[in-house]
Amino acid sequence: MAEQKTNRLQIFLKGIIKENPTFVMLLGLCPTLGTTTSAINGMGMGLATLFVLTMSNLVISLIAPYIPDKVRIPSYIVVIASFVTIVDLTLHAYAPELYKALGIFIPLIVVNCIILGRAEAFASKNGVLDSILDGLGVGLGFTLSLTVLGAVREILGSGKIFGLNLHIYQGDGILVFVLAPGAFLVLAYMIALGQKLKKRMYDE
Amino acid sequence: MASKVKSTLFSMTLTLLIVTAVAAGLLAIVYKYTKEPIKEADLKKQKLALRQVLPEFDNNPIAESDTIPSDIQGSSFDLVVFPAKKDGKLVGIAIKTFTTKGFGGRFDVMVGFLPDGTIYNSMVLNHQETPGLGDKIDPEKSDFSRQFAGKNPATFRLKVKKDGGDVDAITAATISSRAYCDALQRAYNAFKSLDLAKYTEN
Repeated sequence: MAEQKTNRLQIFLKGIIKENPTFVMLLGLCPTLGTTTSAINGMGMGLATLFVLTMSNLVISLIAPYIPDKVRIPSYIVVIASFVTIVDLTLHAYAPELYKALGIFIPLIVVNCIILGRAEAFASKNGVLDSILDGLGVGLGFTLSLTVLGAVREILGSGKIFGLNLHIYQGDGILVFVLAPGAFLVLAYMIALGQKLKKRMYDE
Repeated sequence: MASKVKSTLFSMTLTLLIVTAVAAGLLAIVYKYTKEPIKEADLKKQKLALRQVLPEFDNNPIAESDTIPSDIQGSSFDLVVFPAKKDGKLVGIAIKTFTTKGFGGRFDVMVGFLPDGTIYNSMVLNHQETPGLGDKIDPEKSDFSRQFAGKNPATFRLKVKKDGGDVDAITAATISSRAYCDALQRAYNAFKSLDLAKYTEN
Protein backbone atom coordinates (compact mmCIF):
# COMPACT_ATOMS: atom_id res chain seq x y z
CA MET A 1 0.00 0.00 0.00
CA ALA A 2 2.74 2.42 0.98
CA GLU A 3 4.75 1.38 -2.03
CA GLN A 4 1.81 2.03 -4.31
CA LYS A 5 1.52 5.51 -2.87
CA THR A 6 5.14 6.40 -3.61
CA ASN A 7 4.64 5.05 -7.13
CA ARG A 8 1.69 7.34 -7.61
CA LEU A 9 3.68 10.27 -6.29
CA GLN A 10 6.45 9.42 -8.74
CA ILE A 11 4.01 9.37 -11.65
CA PHE A 12 2.89 12.83 -10.63
CA LEU A 13 6.36 14.26 -9.96
CA LYS A 14 8.23 12.88 -12.97
CA GLY A 15 6.51 15.33 -15.31
CA ILE A 16 7.96 18.28 -13.47
CA ILE A 17 11.70 17.63 -13.77
CA LYS A 18 12.71 14.12 -14.82
CA GLU A 19 10.41 14.03 -17.84
CA ASN A 20 9.71 17.72 -18.12
CA PRO A 21 7.91 18.02 -21.47
CA THR A 22 9.67 21.20 -22.56
CA PHE A 23 13.20 21.14 -21.17
CA VAL A 24 13.89 17.38 -21.13
CA MET A 25 11.57 15.73 -23.65
CA LEU A 26 11.52 18.74 -26.02
CA LEU A 27 7.85 18.20 -26.84
CA GLY A 28 5.35 20.85 -27.89
CA LEU A 29 8.00 23.38 -28.81
CA CYS A 30 5.82 25.29 -31.28
CA PRO A 31 3.39 26.73 -28.69
CA THR A 32 6.31 27.01 -26.27
CA LEU A 33 8.27 29.31 -28.55
CA GLY A 34 5.22 31.13 -29.84
CA THR A 35 3.35 32.03 -26.67
CA THR A 36 6.06 32.75 -24.11
CA THR A 37 6.54 36.43 -24.89
CA SER A 38 5.42 37.25 -21.36
CA ALA A 39 5.05 35.31 -18.11
CA ILE A 40 1.26 35.63 -18.03
CA ASN A 41 0.86 34.38 -21.62
CA GLY A 42 3.06 31.38 -20.86
CA MET A 43 1.14 30.59 -17.72
CA GLY A 44 -2.23 30.92 -19.50
CA MET A 45 -1.18 28.56 -22.25
CA GLY A 46 0.22 26.15 -19.65
CA LEU A 47 -2.96 26.09 -17.56
CA ALA A 48 -5.24 25.60 -20.57
CA THR A 49 -3.02 22.71 -21.68
CA LEU A 50 -3.03 21.28 -18.15
CA PHE A 51 -6.83 21.11 -18.18
CA VAL A 52 -7.15 19.55 -21.63
CA LEU A 53 -4.32 17.10 -20.93
CA THR A 54 -5.86 15.86 -17.69
CA MET A 55 -9.34 15.50 -19.17
CA SER A 56 -8.18 13.76 -22.34
CA ASN A 57 -5.94 11.41 -20.30
CA LEU A 58 -8.96 10.57 -18.14
CA VAL A 59 -11.25 9.78 -21.07
CA ILE A 60 -8.63 8.00 -23.15
CA SER A 61 -7.60 5.72 -20.29
CA LEU A 62 -11.28 4.74 -20.01
CA ILE A 63 -11.96 4.07 -23.68
CA ALA A 64 -8.54 2.73 -24.78
CA PRO A 65 -9.35 -0.97 -24.14
CA TYR A 66 -12.31 -0.75 -26.51
CA ILE A 67 -10.57 1.05 -29.38
CA PRO A 68 -9.04 -1.11 -32.12
CA ASP A 69 -5.31 -0.37 -32.45
CA LYS A 70 -5.43 0.82 -36.04
CA VAL A 71 -7.89 3.63 -35.41
CA ARG A 72 -6.61 4.75 -32.01
CA ILE A 73 -4.90 7.93 -33.25
CA PRO A 74 -7.98 9.38 -35.00
CA SER A 75 -10.11 8.45 -31.99
CA TYR A 76 -7.74 10.17 -29.55
CA ILE A 77 -7.57 13.27 -31.74
CA VAL A 78 -11.36 13.50 -31.78
CA VAL A 79 -11.43 13.28 -27.97
CA ILE A 80 -8.73 15.96 -27.60
CA ALA A 81 -10.29 18.30 -30.17
CA SER A 82 -13.67 17.98 -28.46
CA PHE A 83 -12.23 19.05 -25.12
CA VAL A 84 -10.44 21.97 -26.70
CA THR A 85 -13.65 23.15 -28.35
CA ILE A 86 -15.55 22.78 -25.06
CA VAL A 87 -12.93 24.86 -23.26
CA ASP A 88 -13.03 27.44 -26.05
CA LEU A 89 -16.83 27.81 -25.99
CA THR A 90 -17.13 27.78 -22.20
CA LEU A 91 -14.46 30.43 -21.69
CA HIS A 92 -15.96 32.60 -24.42
CA ALA A 93 -19.39 32.39 -22.77
CA TYR A 94 -18.60 32.62 -19.07
CA ALA A 95 -15.14 34.18 -18.75
CA PRO A 96 -14.87 36.74 -21.57
CA GLU A 97 -11.93 38.50 -19.90
CA LEU A 98 -9.86 35.33 -19.68
CA TYR A 99 -10.99 34.39 -23.18
CA LYS A 100 -9.69 37.69 -24.49
CA ALA A 101 -6.27 36.98 -22.98
CA LEU A 102 -6.05 33.30 -24.00
CA GLY A 103 -8.31 33.27 -27.04
CA ILE A 104 -5.65 32.82 -29.68
CA PHE A 105 -3.81 30.07 -27.79
CA ILE A 106 -6.70 27.73 -27.11
CA PRO A 107 -7.12 26.30 -30.64
CA LEU A 108 -3.35 25.72 -30.65
CA ILE A 109 -3.71 23.12 -27.91
CA VAL A 110 -5.11 20.57 -30.38
CA VAL A 111 -1.84 20.49 -32.27
CA ASN A 112 0.28 20.27 -29.12
CA CYS A 113 2.00 16.92 -29.44
CA ILE A 114 2.39 16.60 -25.64
CA ILE A 115 -1.29 15.75 -25.35
CA LEU A 116 -1.33 13.10 -28.05
CA GLY A 117 2.07 11.92 -26.77
CA ARG A 118 0.77 11.32 -23.24
CA ALA A 119 -2.41 9.72 -24.58
CA GLU A 120 -0.38 7.31 -26.69
CA ALA A 121 2.50 6.65 -24.30
CA PHE A 122 0.71 6.62 -20.97
CA ALA A 123 -3.08 6.95 -20.81
CA SER A 124 -3.77 4.17 -23.30
CA LYS A 125 -1.71 1.70 -21.22
CA ASN A 126 -2.52 2.73 -17.65
CA GLY A 127 -5.45 3.00 -15.27
CA VAL A 128 -7.70 6.01 -14.77
CA LEU A 129 -6.18 7.39 -11.56
CA ASP A 130 -2.58 7.02 -12.81
CA SER A 131 -3.53 8.70 -16.09
CA ILE A 132 -5.08 11.66 -14.29
CA LEU A 133 -1.96 12.03 -12.13
CA ASP A 134 0.23 11.78 -15.21
CA GLY A 135 -1.84 14.48 -16.94
CA LEU A 136 -1.66 16.77 -13.90
CA GLY A 137 2.10 16.22 -13.46
CA VAL A 138 3.06 16.74 -17.10
CA GLY A 139 0.63 19.65 -17.38
CA LEU A 140 2.12 21.27 -14.30
CA GLY A 141 5.65 20.73 -15.67
CA PHE A 142 4.59 22.35 -18.93
CA THR A 143 2.98 25.28 -17.10
CA LEU A 144 6.07 25.82 -14.96
CA SER A 145 8.41 25.69 -17.97
CA LEU A 146 6.33 28.13 -19.97
CA THR A 147 5.98 30.52 -17.06
CA VAL A 148 9.74 30.52 -16.40
CA LEU A 149 10.53 30.92 -20.09
CA GLY A 150 7.97 33.72 -20.41
CA ALA A 151 9.26 35.44 -17.27
CA VAL A 152 12.88 35.41 -18.45
CA ARG A 153 11.92 36.75 -21.87
CA GLU A 154 9.64 39.39 -20.36
CA ILE A 155 12.30 40.60 -17.90
CA LEU A 156 15.06 40.77 -20.54
CA GLY A 157 12.86 41.90 -23.40
CA SER A 158 10.61 44.52 -21.84
CA GLY A 159 11.89 44.97 -18.27
CA LYS A 160 8.61 43.76 -16.79
CA ILE A 161 7.37 40.74 -14.88
CA PHE A 162 3.67 39.76 -15.06
CA GLY A 163 3.09 43.19 -16.59
CA LEU A 164 4.68 44.92 -13.60
CA ASN A 165 7.40 47.37 -14.57
CA LEU A 166 10.73 46.61 -12.87
CA HIS A 167 12.36 49.86 -14.06
CA ILE A 168 15.60 48.16 -15.08
CA TYR A 169 15.68 49.76 -18.51
CA GLN A 170 15.31 53.32 -19.62
CA GLY A 171 13.06 53.06 -22.64
CA ASP A 172 12.63 49.74 -24.41
CA GLY A 173 14.25 46.47 -23.33
CA ILE A 174 16.37 44.08 -25.37
CA LEU A 175 13.85 43.61 -28.12
CA VAL A 176 15.36 40.40 -29.49
CA PHE A 177 14.16 38.47 -26.44
CA VAL A 178 10.51 39.22 -27.27
CA LEU A 179 11.04 38.14 -30.87
CA ALA A 180 11.40 34.57 -32.12
CA PRO A 181 15.25 34.37 -31.94
CA GLY A 182 15.06 35.27 -28.24
CA ALA A 183 12.73 32.34 -27.67
CA PHE A 184 15.34 29.96 -29.08
CA LEU A 185 18.17 31.54 -27.08
CA VAL A 186 16.34 31.38 -23.76
CA LEU A 187 15.03 27.90 -24.51
CA ALA A 188 18.55 26.63 -25.17
CA TYR A 189 19.81 27.89 -21.80
CA MET A 190 16.74 26.45 -20.09
CA ILE A 191 17.32 23.04 -21.68
CA ALA A 192 20.91 23.06 -20.42
CA LEU A 193 19.68 23.98 -16.95
CA GLY A 194 16.98 21.31 -17.10
CA GLN A 195 19.53 18.64 -18.02
CA LYS A 196 21.80 19.68 -15.18
CA LEU A 197 18.96 19.59 -12.64
CA LYS A 198 17.83 16.22 -13.91
CA LYS A 199 21.36 14.76 -13.65
CA ARG A 200 21.84 16.07 -10.15
CA MET A 201 18.51 14.78 -8.90
CA TYR A 202 18.21 11.39 -10.59
CA ASP A 203 21.54 10.08 -11.85
CA GLU A 204 23.53 10.03 -8.66
CA MET B 1 -3.58 -2.71 -21.16
CA ALA B 2 -3.35 -3.02 -24.89
CA SER B 3 -6.52 -3.01 -26.90
CA LYS B 4 -8.71 -6.08 -26.52
CA VAL B 5 -10.51 -5.37 -29.77
CA LYS B 6 -9.16 -6.71 -33.06
CA SER B 7 -8.73 -4.23 -35.91
CA THR B 8 -11.26 -5.47 -38.44
CA LEU B 9 -13.00 -3.24 -40.94
CA PHE B 10 -16.24 -3.58 -39.02
CA SER B 11 -14.82 -2.85 -35.55
CA MET B 12 -12.78 0.11 -36.82
CA THR B 13 -15.74 1.66 -38.64
CA LEU B 14 -18.03 1.14 -35.67
CA THR B 15 -15.50 2.59 -33.20
CA LEU B 16 -14.87 5.71 -35.25
CA LEU B 17 -18.60 6.13 -35.81
CA ILE B 18 -19.34 5.92 -32.08
CA VAL B 19 -16.43 8.16 -31.04
CA THR B 20 -17.28 10.91 -33.53
CA ALA B 21 -21.03 10.65 -32.90
CA VAL B 22 -20.56 11.00 -29.14
CA ALA B 23 -18.13 13.91 -29.63
CA ALA B 24 -20.50 15.64 -32.06
CA GLY B 25 -23.45 15.18 -29.72
CA LEU B 26 -21.49 16.53 -26.76
CA LEU B 27 -20.30 19.54 -28.75
CA ALA B 28 -23.82 20.23 -29.98
CA ILE B 29 -25.05 20.34 -26.38
CA VAL B 30 -22.22 22.61 -25.22
CA TYR B 31 -22.75 24.85 -28.27
CA LYS B 32 -26.49 25.09 -27.55
CA TYR B 33 -25.97 26.13 -23.93
CA THR B 34 -23.13 28.58 -24.61
CA LYS B 35 -24.67 30.23 -27.70
CA GLU B 36 -26.73 32.81 -25.80
CA PRO B 37 -24.09 33.68 -23.17
CA ILE B 38 -21.50 34.11 -25.96
CA LYS B 39 -23.84 36.47 -27.81
CA GLU B 40 -24.43 38.43 -24.61
CA ALA B 41 -20.72 38.60 -23.82
CA ASP B 42 -19.96 39.89 -27.33
CA LEU B 43 -22.78 42.43 -27.11
CA LYS B 44 -21.51 43.62 -23.74
CA LYS B 45 -18.03 43.99 -25.22
CA GLN B 46 -19.46 46.03 -28.09
CA LYS B 47 -21.39 48.30 -25.70
CA LEU B 48 -18.26 48.81 -23.64
CA ALA B 49 -16.30 49.71 -26.77
CA LEU B 50 -18.98 52.19 -27.83
CA ARG B 51 -18.86 53.91 -24.42
CA GLN B 52 -15.09 54.22 -24.80
CA VAL B 53 -14.97 55.71 -28.28
CA LEU B 54 -17.98 58.04 -28.12
CA PRO B 55 -18.90 61.07 -26.03
CA GLU B 56 -21.75 60.55 -23.57
CA PHE B 57 -24.99 59.43 -25.24
CA ASP B 58 -28.45 58.33 -24.09
CA ASN B 59 -29.84 56.37 -27.04
CA ASN B 60 -29.17 52.74 -28.03
CA PRO B 61 -26.65 52.94 -30.89
CA ILE B 62 -26.72 49.16 -31.38
CA ALA B 63 -30.47 49.18 -32.08
CA GLU B 64 -30.06 52.05 -34.53
CA SER B 65 -26.96 50.65 -36.21
CA ASP B 66 -26.65 50.35 -39.95
CA THR B 67 -24.24 48.43 -42.18
CA ILE B 68 -22.58 49.88 -45.24
CA PRO B 69 -20.49 47.96 -47.76
CA SER B 70 -16.76 48.72 -47.82
CA ASP B 71 -14.30 48.87 -50.72
CA ILE B 72 -13.85 45.10 -50.41
CA GLN B 73 -16.86 43.02 -51.50
CA GLY B 74 -18.41 40.41 -49.22
CA SER B 75 -20.72 40.52 -46.20
CA SER B 76 -17.92 39.99 -43.66
CA PHE B 77 -16.27 43.16 -44.98
CA ASP B 78 -19.20 45.45 -44.19
CA LEU B 79 -18.71 48.42 -41.90
CA VAL B 80 -21.20 49.00 -39.10
CA VAL B 81 -22.31 52.53 -38.27
CA PHE B 82 -23.55 53.33 -34.75
CA PRO B 83 -25.14 56.77 -34.31
CA ALA B 84 -24.88 58.20 -30.77
CA LYS B 85 -27.41 60.80 -29.68
CA LYS B 86 -28.05 62.82 -26.59
CA ASP B 87 -31.49 64.43 -26.08
CA GLY B 88 -32.26 63.56 -29.71
CA LYS B 89 -29.22 65.43 -31.02
CA LEU B 90 -26.41 63.62 -32.82
CA VAL B 91 -23.25 63.76 -30.69
CA GLY B 92 -21.09 61.26 -32.54
CA ILE B 93 -20.89 58.34 -34.95
CA ALA B 94 -19.04 55.16 -34.12
CA ILE B 95 -17.90 53.00 -37.01
CA LYS B 96 -16.81 49.39 -36.65
CA THR B 97 -14.11 49.12 -39.24
CA PHE B 98 -11.45 46.58 -40.13
CA THR B 99 -8.17 46.03 -41.91
CA THR B 100 -6.79 42.99 -43.64
CA LYS B 101 -3.23 44.29 -43.54
CA GLY B 102 -2.33 43.33 -39.96
CA PHE B 103 0.78 41.27 -39.27
CA GLY B 104 -1.52 38.54 -37.95
CA GLY B 105 -4.21 39.07 -40.60
CA ARG B 106 -7.49 40.89 -40.20
CA PHE B 107 -8.43 42.88 -37.11
CA ASP B 108 -11.43 45.04 -36.25
CA VAL B 109 -11.33 48.56 -34.85
CA MET B 110 -14.12 50.67 -33.35
CA VAL B 111 -13.69 54.37 -34.16
CA GLY B 112 -15.79 57.20 -32.78
CA PHE B 113 -16.15 60.42 -34.80
CA LEU B 114 -17.64 63.69 -33.66
CA PRO B 115 -20.19 65.14 -36.14
CA ASP B 116 -17.47 67.40 -37.64
CA GLY B 117 -15.26 64.41 -38.48
CA THR B 118 -12.81 64.68 -35.61
CA ILE B 119 -11.80 61.32 -34.15
CA TYR B 120 -13.05 61.15 -30.56
CA ASN B 121 -11.35 57.87 -29.72
CA SER B 122 -10.61 54.47 -31.20
CA MET B 123 -9.92 50.99 -29.91
CA VAL B 124 -9.09 47.63 -31.42
CA LEU B 125 -11.76 44.98 -30.84
CA ASN B 126 -9.85 41.80 -31.65
CA HIS B 127 -6.44 41.08 -33.11
CA GLN B 128 -3.70 38.48 -33.51
CA GLU B 129 -0.76 40.86 -33.63
CA THR B 130 2.59 39.78 -32.20
CA PRO B 131 2.54 39.92 -28.39
CA GLY B 132 5.00 42.51 -27.13
CA LEU B 133 5.21 44.29 -30.51
CA GLY B 134 2.14 44.69 -32.70
CA ASP B 135 -0.24 44.19 -29.80
CA LYS B 136 0.64 47.70 -28.66
CA ILE B 137 -2.21 48.88 -30.91
CA ASP B 138 -4.34 47.85 -27.90
CA PRO B 139 -4.92 50.90 -25.66
CA GLU B 140 -4.24 48.68 -22.62
CA LYS B 141 -0.71 47.99 -23.86
CA SER B 142 0.50 51.37 -25.10
CA ASP B 143 -0.55 54.92 -25.90
CA PHE B 144 -0.32 54.37 -29.67
CA SER B 145 -4.08 54.48 -30.31
CA ARG B 146 -4.55 57.57 -28.12
CA GLN B 147 -2.58 59.80 -30.51
CA PHE B 148 -5.58 59.81 -32.86
CA ALA B 149 -7.96 61.31 -30.30
CA GLY B 150 -8.90 64.88 -31.20
CA LYS B 151 -7.35 64.67 -34.68
CA ASN B 152 -9.38 65.35 -37.80
CA PRO B 153 -8.33 63.11 -40.71
CA ALA B 154 -9.12 66.03 -43.05
CA THR B 155 -5.91 67.67 -41.84
CA PHE B 156 -4.17 64.81 -40.00
CA ARG B 157 -2.72 62.42 -42.56
CA LEU B 158 -3.52 58.83 -41.49
CA LYS B 159 -0.19 57.37 -42.52
CA VAL B 160 2.90 56.54 -40.50
CA LYS B 161 5.70 59.11 -40.67
CA LYS B 162 7.84 56.70 -42.70
CA ASP B 163 5.18 56.86 -45.43
CA GLY B 164 4.91 60.64 -45.27
CA GLY B 165 1.99 60.84 -42.82
CA ASP B 166 1.52 62.27 -39.33
CA VAL B 167 1.26 59.06 -37.30
CA ASP B 168 3.96 57.95 -34.86
CA ALA B 169 4.38 54.23 -35.57
CA ILE B 170 5.01 51.66 -32.85
CA THR B 171 8.72 50.81 -32.62
CA ALA B 172 9.44 47.57 -34.52
CA ALA B 173 5.77 47.21 -35.49
CA THR B 174 5.38 49.38 -38.57
CA ILE B 175 3.13 46.84 -40.27
CA SER B 176 0.66 46.82 -37.38
CA SER B 177 0.74 50.62 -37.23
CA ARG B 178 0.10 50.89 -40.98
CA ALA B 179 -2.77 48.42 -40.68
CA TYR B 180 -4.33 50.49 -37.87
CA CYS B 181 -4.13 53.60 -40.06
CA ASP B 182 -5.66 51.62 -42.92
CA ALA B 183 -8.63 50.70 -40.69
CA LEU B 184 -9.09 54.31 -39.56
CA GLN B 185 -8.87 55.62 -43.12
CA ARG B 186 -11.53 53.15 -44.23
CA ALA B 187 -13.78 54.33 -41.40
CA TYR B 188 -13.19 57.99 -42.27
CA ASN B 189 -14.00 57.37 -45.95
CA ALA B 190 -17.25 55.75 -44.84
CA PHE B 191 -17.95 58.62 -42.45
CA LYS B 192 -17.55 61.18 -45.24
CA SER B 193 -20.05 59.30 -47.40
CA LEU B 194 -22.67 59.36 -44.63
CA ASP B 195 -25.64 61.70 -44.79
CA LEU B 196 -25.49 63.06 -41.26
CA ALA B 197 -28.81 64.90 -41.59
CA LYS B 198 -30.51 61.50 -41.66
CA TYR B 199 -29.44 60.91 -38.07
CA THR B 200 -30.28 64.33 -36.64
CA GLU B 201 -33.93 64.42 -37.69
CA ASN B 202 -35.65 61.69 -35.72
